[in-house]
Amino acid sequence: MKRVISANQSVSYAVLSAKAQVIAAYPITPQSSIVEMLANFCSTGQLHAKFINVESEHSAMAACISASVVGARTFTATSSQGLALMHELLHYASGLRLPIVMANVNRALGSPFNLKADLSDSLSQRDTGWLQFYCESGQEVFDTIIQAYRISEQILLPVMVNLEGFILSHTYEAVDIPDQVQINRFLPPPAPRDCLDVENPCLFGGTTDFYINFRYKMHQEMEKAKAFCQECDSEFQKTFGRSYGLTQSYLCEDADMILVTAGTIAGTCRVVADQYRKRGLKVGVLRVRLFRPFPSEWICKALQHAKKVAVIDRDFSPGCGGIFAQEIKSALQGTRVSLPVYEFIAGLGGKDVTDEDIGGVVEQTNQTPEPGGVTWIGLLK
Amino acid sequence: MKKRYSVKSLEEMPITAISFSTTEGNETGEWRSQRPLLDSEKCNQCGLCWMYCPDNAILPEKDSFQISYTYCKGCGICAKECPKGAILLVKEKR
Repeated sequence: MKRVISANQSVSYAVLSAKAQVIAAYPITPQSSIVEMLANFCSTGQLHAKFINVESEHSAMAACISASVVGARTFTATSSQGLALMHELLHYASGLRLPIVMANVNRALGSPFNLKADLSDSLSQRDTGWLQFYCESGQEVFDTIIQAYRISEQILLPVMVNLEGFILSHTYEAVDIPDQVQINRFLPPPAPRDCLDVENPCLFGGTTDFYINFRYKMHQEMEKAKAFCQECDSEFQKTFGRSYGLTQSYLCEDADMILVTAGTIAGTCRVVADQYRKRGLKVGVLRVRLFRPFPSEWICKALQHAKKVAVIDRDFSPGCGGIFAQEIKSALQGTRVSLPVYEFIAGLGGKDVTDEDIGGVVEQTNQTPEPGGVTWIGLLK
Repeated sequence: MKKRYSVKSLEEMPITAISFSTTEGNETGEWRSQRPLLDSEKCNQCGLCWMYCPDNAILPEKDSFQISYTYCKGCGICAKECPKGAILLVKEKR
């Protein structure tokens, strides 16, 4: 069934379809409408979930962790400062190997106070052991939430599904909501965790000298997760006819220049790539959908025949540069692919990234023989 | 029956740290720097100390209360709450 809904509502419908059992959340712009709708689903009886109102995001994650330990399918959603407040417990969720799914509506971190899109909030949580997806459309948001439950319950690591605030979260589009029977087949109820036994009480996540071994096991599972996410996406295609890949290539095969980005900027990049191709410049676009684990092999394969790569980041790490750019340079370093990587920072704090801005990226990359530092787009003169 | 395991290889390890015991295994009394002393003459057995103890270290007996020094961390909440001033905190000597 198709519904014209916002990407935030798309998250709510996906969680309804996934039949989450425990939802704990604290409101924050631009996320609030996700949990408002879920609270409504719970109160009308459409969704048989325990909705827990909590006093902070830190408590929201604590509630999800506790519910997940006993085997419930859990959900929470947040943004920006809320995600930052959750930080401590994000490590606990992954360390306890819990299949929690969270939607994070990307919003800039203060100060200065800003409610609009910026990927720096979730990218700041890069090392917490959560898988991270970055979506481009309301449909992809729905599909990724469904995939996220299947992935997390298989590999027992939590998954964060990211969508940009307002630009995506509050944009309405026609979203196909698949038949519940099909969803049930793709996503069966969560298997009960076998470690809970009232006859043998136990402590979870206690002190241990085996710490490094647990971390290594988590790393192994993250590495395996790449192939599993790919497989899950292929299975999703077989059932629902849609797939996204770990990365999404557009005209990359014969491209001389590839624009690399994440989220909604990719759509504008594709329009600009088409315009330049008409003028004879072979431009391609690579959208990175999965950020953790980082699909280095997929990215290097997509980039291998290009002559130049331009990375556009709606995020940045002070003192270093764009975060995707750093990751891509690091991925290329480990291969025989030697490519000049041009770095651009654009759209921080929800600033529009227009086709003219992307055109400027293409022109600068085309005309500059060697990359030279990070270029910021749209600054004052 | 308590499960027991010892780990010899990565494969044998569970995916996360699990201790197959209750918190009774943690003898937190070792942390104590102050020792509460209960004066049974002054005690009227109201049970407030038992209610307020965050560690279940005060044990109700038939007609008195006992402090378990195996678990008491010496936080002093019982002494603060006792309406009869029947609990005195003294420096722990080891």
